[in-house]
Amino acid sequence: MSRTPLDTVEHAAATPDVELPWAELGLKKDEYERIVEILGRRPTGAELAMYSVMWSEHCSYKSSKVHLRQFGEKAPESDALLVGIGENAGVVDVGQGYAVTFKVESHNHPSYVEPYQGAATGVGGIVRDIIAMGARPVAVVDPLRFGAADHPDTKRVLPGVVAGIGGYGNCLGLPNIGGEVVFDPCYQGNPLVNAGCVGVMRHEDIHLAKASGAGNKVILYGARTGGDGIGGASILASETFDDAKPSKRPAVQVGDPFQEKLLIECTLEAFAEKLVVGIQDLGAAGLSCATSELASNGSGGMRITLDDVPLRDSTLSPEEILMSESQERMCAVVEPDKVDRFLRICEKWDVIATVIGEVTDGDRLEIYWHGEKIVDVDPRTVAHEGPVYERPYARPDWQDALQADDAAKLPRPQSPEELREQVLKLVASPNQASKKWITQQYDHFVQGNTVLAMPEDSGMIRIDEATGLGVAIATDGNGRYTKLDPYTGAQLALAEAYRNVATTGAKPLAVSDCLNFGSPEDPAVMWQFAEAVRGLADGCRQLGTPVTGGNVSLYNQTGEAAIHPTPVVAVLGVIDDVARRTPVAFQEEGQLLYLLGDTREEFGGSAWSQVIHDHLGGLPPKVDLERERLLAEILISASRDGMIDSAHDLSDGGLIQAVVESALLGGKGARLIVPDGLDAFTFLLSESAGRAIVAVPRSEELRFTDMCNARGLPATRIGVVDGDTIEVQGQFQLTLEELREAHEGTIPALLA
Amino acid sequence: MTARIGVVTFPGSLDDRDTQRAIRLAGAEPVALWHKDKDLKQVDAVVLCGGFSYGDYLRAGAIARFSPVMESLIEQAKAGLPVLGICNGFQILTEAHLLPGAMLGNDHLHFICREQKLRVENADTAWTGDYTAGQEIRIPLKNMDGRYVADRYTLDKLEAEGRVAFRYLDGNPNGSLNDIAGITNEAGNVVGLMPHPEHAVEPLIGTGRTDGLPFFTSILKKLVTA
Repeated sequence: MSRTPLDTVEHAAATPDVELPWAELGLKKDEYERIVEILGRRPTGAELAMYSVMWSEHCSYKSSKVHLRQFGEKAPESDALLVGIGENAGVVDVGQGYAVTFKVESHNHPSYVEPYQGAATGVGGIVRDIIAMGARPVAVVDPLRFGAADHPDTKRVLPGVVAGIGGYGNCLGLPNIGGEVVFDPCYQGNPLVNAGCVGVMRHEDIHLAKASGAGNKVILYGARTGGDGIGGASILASETFDDAKPSKRPAVQVGDPFQEKLLIECTLEAFAEKLVVGIQDLGAAGLSCATSELASNGSGGMRITLDDVPLRDSTLSPEEILMSESQERMCAVVEPDKVDRFLRICEKWDVIATVIGEVTDGDRLEIYWHGEKIVDVDPRTVAHEGPVYERPYARPDWQDALQADDAAKLPRPQSPEELREQVLKLVASPNQASKKWITQQYDHFVQGNTVLAMPEDSGMIRIDEATGLGVAIATDGNGRYTKLDPYTGAQLALAEAYRNVATTGAKPLAVSDCLNFGSPEDPAVMWQFAEAVRGLADGCRQLGTPVTGGNVSLYNQTGEAAIHPTPVVAVLGVIDDVARRTPVAFQEEGQLLYLLGDTREEFGGSAWSQVIHDHLGGLPPKVDLERERLLAEILISASRDGMIDSAHDLSDGGLIQAVVESALLGGKGARLIVPDGLDAFTFLLSESAGRAIVAVPRSEELRFTDMCNARGLPATRIGVVDGDTIEVQGQFQLTLEELREAHEGTIPALLA
Repeated sequence: MTARIGVVTFPGSLDDRDTQRAIRLAGAEPVALWHKDKDLKQVDAVVLCGGFSYGDYLRAGAIARFSPVMESLIEQAKAGLPVLGICNGFQILTEAHLLPGAMLGNDHLHFICREQKLRVENADTAWTGDYTAGQEIRIPLKNMDGRYVADRYTLDKLEAEGRVAFRYLDGNPNGSLNDIAGITNEAGNVVGLMPHPEHAVEPLIGTGRTDGLPFFTSILKKLVTA
C-alpha cells in the first residue's frame, strides 16, 4: 500500500503549490488565504486541520463575537464575579468561601442526527467544562426543544434525547434538577438540546486553562483517542442540514459515562493535592483546541509529541488525531516533580494518563509526529485570532406584518363553559402538560443535597450541610416571544429565569446563556441575534446580574426555514439557608392566595393563542425589569421571614396554569375570585410578565400585605387554598382529578 | 461506643458519600472501603451503595462481584457480617450469590426515578429492626435494572420463609416478580433492596421524608447492644 509522504513543516515550505482540501474542511477561500498569510507559507495538513476546526463557527464565534462583546462592555458592577467570560465557565462567589461555576451549552445538531449519543455527549461536555474549573459538579439541567409533539419524528428524537441525558447523567451521579421541554413545529428538523451544569468549589480551588512554566509537563488523560467525532465542530455544528448531502452520523461522538465518572474523581483528587498548574477539557476540536488554548493562555509555548497519544485505532493519521472529538479526555499541565503523583492518582482510578509534551520557553506551538515537525504555529492565531465577521443584518421585511397581526383580535371564549373548556385544553396541551414522564427518567436525588427539582420554579442544591447554604438555578426561553420581538423576547427569558430563582427564595446573582439561532448568513437571522444579544446585555445590566459565559449555536435551520430565535437564559442564585426555600405546591388549606404584579391584556405569543388559535402574531408581553427586581426582593424577603408557604411564577399559560400546577403538586384545590377591573379570561390566561402567586398563612397576611404596600408592589387577594376542585367563582369548576388526568396524560399518550 | 460501618467505593459508585452521610446522621461512624483493597478495616457492618459499578458493563454488578474487596466481604458475610446492598449493591449481592435471584431491565425499558411506597414485610433482619412488620414507608427509587426475578422454587421458598423483606405498594415500578423490592438471606444479616433509604434521611432533602433512616438506626442498635 502506498502512502503519501508526511506533510511536515519543511515539506510544506518546499511545496507551496500543493492544493489542500480547505473547502472540504469547511474553510472559506479568504480564511485559507489568511492562514497562508499568518504562516508565511501554506499550512501542513495537520495545521490546516487545526485551523479548520478552531476557526469553525462553533469554536471561534466568528459571526457572533462582535455582538457578544456587549456582555463584557455592559456588564454590571458585581462583587460576585470571580471569573468572567472567556474561561471554560464563569465563577461566582456565593459566600462562606464557596464559589459556584455554571454554564449552558448546546448539542443541537448531533442530537438530531443521533439523539441518544448526541444528547449524552452534550452532558459529558458541559460536565468536563465544570471540572476544568476545579469544581465538583453538583447538578445538571436540560432545556430541550422539539418539533410538534405529535409529529412522528419527535417520537424518534425525544425519547432518544431523554434516554441519552438520563443514561449519561444518571451514571455520573449528578442530580438533574431543572430545565424545560418545549414543542414547536419550528424545531422539527432542528431540536435544541441544551445542557447546563453547576459546580461547587472553595475560592482557593479555582483552576484556569493555561499552560505556564517552561518544563512543565502536558498530560493527556482519560479515554483513548479514536476516529469518532472527527470534524464534529466544523461540519456538524457549523453548517445547515441539507438532504442532498450524505449522512453525517460518523461525525457524532460516542459517550462512555463510566469513563467520565472516573475522570471526575481522579481530576478532583489531583486538584485536592494541588498537582495541577493548568487544565483544559477536550471537547469540540479535541486536541487542537486543548493544546492551542492552553498554550495561548499561558506564558510560554508548547511542544507535543503526537505519537504518545494513546489511540483506539492505530491507523489514525496525525490530522485525525488532532481533530478527533473522542469523549472523556482532559489535558493537564503539571510540574515535573508532581508528574509521578499525578500519574499514580490516574492509575488508582484506572484512567490512562500519558505525558504528551511540555511547556517551552518560546511562543510557538510545535507538534511532532515520528520525529518530524508537522505543526509550527503561534497558538494565539489558532485559538483566539480567528476570523471575525461583521455579518450584515437587517430587520426582516415581514417583522412589521407579524407584529401587526395582533392576538387581541382573536375570538375569545364567549361563555364560562367555553372558558372552562379552553382552560382544560390548555393544561393538557403538550407545552403546558406535566413533563413527569420525561423528568422521572432522570435521577433527582443522587448526592443527597437536592432541595428542589423540577417541576419546581428553580432547582435548588444545598452546598453546605452545616450552614444550609444553597444555590438555585433556573433556565428559561420563549422562542415565540423572541420571534415577535427579539430584544424583548431575550429580556423576557432573562426576567423569567430571574423570577423563577427568586420565587424559590434565592437571590439571583449571575447569568449564563445558550443562544440558539438560524443561519448567520441570513441578514434577518443576524438581526434577530443582534437584537436578542442587545436585549440580554441591557437587561443584565439593569438587573445587576452579569453574564458569566455561555454558548452560541447558529445554523439551526433546515433549508430556508430557521428556528424561532431562541435565547435560553440560565440564572444562578444563592440562598443562605435552604430551610427557607419556597416550594410551588400548595401546603395548607385555608391559606390565602395573592397575585403579585399587574395583569394586562397581553396575548401576543401566548400559549392560549397557540393552543386555541394556532396563532403567532402581535407583540410579546411588556418587560419592566425594575418591577421584576422589586418582585424578586419581595419574594426573597417573604421566604426568608416565613410569610409565604408556597409561590409560583406566572409565565406561559398565565395564572390558571400556575394555580393548576400548585394545586396538583400539593393535592389541594383553590377557590378563585376574579378581581375588580379584570375579566375572567384576562385574569386566567394573560401572560403579563413580572407576576407571581403566593400562598400566605392567615397569620401572616397583614405583615405580608403591609410589606407589599410599603414597597409599592401590587398584591391582590384572589382566593384561598381549599378543597379538591379549582373553582373560579361565577365561572366554572374543575376537579383535581379531571385536571390531573388532562395535565399528566398527554405526554405519556404521545410518547410512551 | 458506636458502630463502624463500611461503605465500599467501586469505580462508578455514586451514592457512597450519601450513604456515609446517612450512617453519620444515624449516629454511627462511616468507614470508606476501596474496591481494590481486601481489607475491610474491621468494620462492624458494610453497605454496598448505589451507582453503576464498572459502568454496569456486562451486567449490573457482574464485574464488581469479582473485585478484591468482595472476596473478603463474601467470606465474612457468610460468617454473619451484616451487609446491606442498595440498588447496585443489591445487584452485586445477587451476582455474588449472597442473595438469590437476579435483576433484569425494568419492564418499561426506561430509567425510573420517583418516590416509591413500600411495605416492610420483615422487621427481624439486621437492617429493619426499627420498623414494624407491615409498616408502610416511602423512599426514593431510581434505577434502570430493577426487575427482580427468580425461579418459582426460589420465590416460593423466599415467601414461605418470610424472606421477602420489602414489597412495592401502589404500583409495581419495574415488573419485579411478587412485587418484590428487597429480600434477606436466611440468617437475616444480608439484606438487599432496589429503593434508596440513604436518600430519605433528612426532612429538607429529596422528597422531604426520613423514612429511610431506620435502616441505619436499626443496624446501629443491633451492633451496639450485641
